[in-house]
Amino acid sequence: MIALRNIQKTFRVPKREAGFGRAARSFFRREYTEIRALDGVSFTVPDGQTVGYIGPNGAGKSSTVKIMSGILTPDGGECEIDGLCPWRDRKKHVANIGVVFGQRSQLWWDVPVADSFALLRDIYGVEEARFQKTLRELTELLELDEILKTPARMLSLGQRMRCEIAASLLHEPKTLFLDEPTIGLDASSKIAVREFLKTLRREKNTTIILTTHDMADIEALAERILLIGKGKILLDGSFEELRKRHGGKKLLTAVVDGGTVPVREGLVLLEQKPGLWRFSVDPALLPVSDAIEALAALAQLRDLTVEDESLEALVLSLYREFRV
Amino acid sequence: MKLYFRYFAIHLKSLTQYRASFVLLTIGQFLTSFSAFLGIFFLMERFQTVRGFTFSEVLLFFAVTLLSFSLAECFARGFDTFSSMLGNGEFDRILLRPKGTVFQVIASKVELSRMGRLLQAVLTFGVAVGTGEGDWTADKIVLLALMTLCGAVFFAALFVLGAAVCFFTTEGLEVLNIFTDGGREFGRYPLSVYGKEMLRFYTFVVPMALFQYYPMLYVLGRSDNPLLFFSPLLSLLFLLPVALLWRLGVRHYRSTGS
Amino acid sequence: MKKLRSSVRPYAALFRLRFVRELQYRAAALAGVATQFVWGAMEILLFRAFYETGAETPMTFSQLVTYEWLQQAFLALFMLWFWDADIIECITKGNIAYELARPMGLYRMWFTRVVAQRLSRALLRCVPILLVASLLPSPYRMTLPASPLAFLGFLLTAFLGLLVVAALTMLVYGLTFFTMSPGGVRIFAAAVAELLSGAVVPLPFFPEKLRLIAELSPFAAVQNLPLRIYSGNLAGTEALVFLLVQLFWLLALWALGGGLIRRAQRRVVVQGG
Repeated sequence: MIALRNIQKTFRVPKREAGFGRAARSFFRREYTEIRALDGVSFTVPDGQTVGYIGPNGAGKSSTVKIMSGILTPDGGECEIDGLCPWRDRKKHVANIGVVFGQRSQLWWDVPVADSFALLRDIYGVEEARFQKTLRELTELLELDEILKTPARMLSLGQRMRCEIAASLLHEPKTLFLDEPTIGLDASSKIAVREFLKTLRREKNTTIILTTHDMADIEALAERILLIGKGKILLDGSFEELRKRHGGKKLLTAVVDGGTVPVREGLVLLEQKPGLWRFSVDPALLPVSDAIEALAALAQLRDLTVEDESLEALVLSLYREFRV
Repeated sequence: MKLYFRYFAIHLKSLTQYRASFVLLTIGQFLTSFSAFLGIFFLMERFQTVRGFTFSEVLLFFAVTLLSFSLAECFARGFDTFSSMLGNGEFDRILLRPKGTVFQVIASKVELSRMGRLLQAVLTFGVAVGTGEGDWTADKIVLLALMTLCGAVFFAALFVLGAAVCFFTTEGLEVLNIFTDGGREFGRYPLSVYGKEMLRFYTFVVPMALFQYYPMLYVLGRSDNPLLFFSPLLSLLFLLPVALLWRLGVRHYRSTGS
Repeated sequence: MKKLRSSVRPYAALFRLRFVRELQYRAAALAGVATQFVWGAMEILLFRAFYETGAETPMTFSQLVTYEWLQQAFLALFMLWFWDADIIECITKGNIAYELARPMGLYRMWFTRVVAQRLSRALLRCVPILLVASLLPSPYRMTLPASPLAFLGFLLTAFLGLLVVAALTMLVYGLTFFTMSPGGVRIFAAAVAELLSGAVVPLPFFPEKLRLIAELSPFAAVQNLPLRIYSGNLAGTEALVFLLVQLFWLLALWALGGGLIRRAQRRVVVQGG
């Protein structure tokens, strides 16, 4: 069980001044810009839930994850994870969680993966019998058999990510934080990671907090979506609820030879490339046929497709809506 | 301790991947301190004594300093290269593990190529004892070991100091080299050769003389004050402010995340 | 004339780039100045203790003091162990395709870079050290050059010394192409150079036979020569002979290093690195 109440975090960033004189002055008296990274974030996650934590870059995702994993101390607010405060009881708390950073490695670079695993066993003080059992399970599910004897630096990205995930689960944490776990992976590795996480949730009832920019991850895994922007939770709900709320929006892709972009209520321009415009149309405000008509009146249309809005586009229009 | 040996085993294993490089680096380290040894030899050949100390006596000072320094470098190298650890996010990973930060930083790096310097230090001890006329009683040997050990902890503390400063600023850290590398270089000779003021500085500000100079007077038979046995231990007081600064640094890091 | 200008321009650009880059690291420069000042002071204090024994010395105390201050002031100019991390990465990662794509010989380009880097760093750092050292109270003060001729000799041999150390640096880079352990080669070279260039102890303090070997080595042609000419420890025919030795090493190292880099280049091209 994870509970965050009114978490606040402000960063002070020293102002960098250009020019020698100003730089010299700021050497003595630094001026700071305050950035409110988290502005009263509250939510609870029951055991066993998988949450997709999304938001644009700089919205406060990683600050929240760092606070929940005990790396960062907030300025205010409370956080309790399985009865512990992450920053006050750091050592006890981190023994209960696993963390995977998609862009960083926790494996020792020059030694076989199995050795890294054995060291992690010792760091977390996992009993040998338990460790062997967990390792067997993970090896089977993530198909690590053939790569355990390979040094980490010789692994492909997909292989390495499977090992990273295994490494974070050797001590059987109750909660798993994943930060961009599929970044840079090829299609089959992505699917393998997703399938594994589904199994993990089903069989171990692990709570999973997933931050990602890949909406396919969210679509495949998350029962619930938390959208953060400008340090605040903007939306909290299941994927279906989200769709319903923004119900039935259509994605309109137009191939054009030129012209001007029409401005109508219910018509949101998502993307504009030379010769290709993409809109999101809200049929409640503007019937699709009217939208096409408006477009045809102002631009030289060559081709037009209408489809259901993808999650990707849905999120993009959410970002627009909340101006984050 | 057991866990440390597990870490150690991992480092050894990675080392075997770069054997040729390791051997050359070790020899190089040896050569660097060998040229320092030659420097002392040349000057002592010409001048015979410096502030009343003979060649073999000076070598003892050199050996204690070099041995302490290279032990510290071998085992506390993680602090010496700490800024890169902050830069690449490795320190976040350390905070994610259920063990102390100091222990993990120490365990994160073992620089065995410094064995080259260690070897040089041990050989120098040999030459110093071989050419000197001191009679080696048990108490002197114990004191010498104590001096070396406290010296190693002292230099390690200097590395921790540098690392702790990294939490607050990334610029201008090189000034600390005056005390780390400087300590190694200037400690080749008894710290009294640089004059009274310098000796005072190395007693009260950066208390290197407490393990390098005063107790050596007992070892060389120039003093029989048994209180000198406490002198190296006193230099460990330096650990207190350093430990404090480290804790402050970790707290600062965890509240700014930078 | 125009041709000359256009052939000089890329080098001038390289120089300018280095200077601007160096200027950005003010804190590092300040730290460097402080460190070097302390180093010089400690060395001088050490020699003061030695000179107090009253033994006969091959340099007067004033010559020695001047030697030490100059050595610290121009550390970046003459010490072999200032390596260029970018170049080393280029070599070890076999990533010189970019460099080869430029319309300049690899050796010349890197040589220019090395000289520019050392010059920019030293010019920035030497001023405060020289200033403070020449204001200190007398026996610790850095003196003026022994004579106007000595000063000219210093300028000439210092410039040639810079070229020699750059050529040595290039030789080490060249060797780096052919070894498994770039770190090992560098530390090896640095250790030998430090001793034989008179950085550990000025060469006049060496025992007689070793002194001759060291003085004829290319390493002595770097800082030993200009610093001793400036302080008046070397003058007349003796200085002239060493100037010829210096010139000899410069040409020899250019030939050696150039050949090595050319061979390395061929190898890289064949391997398609």
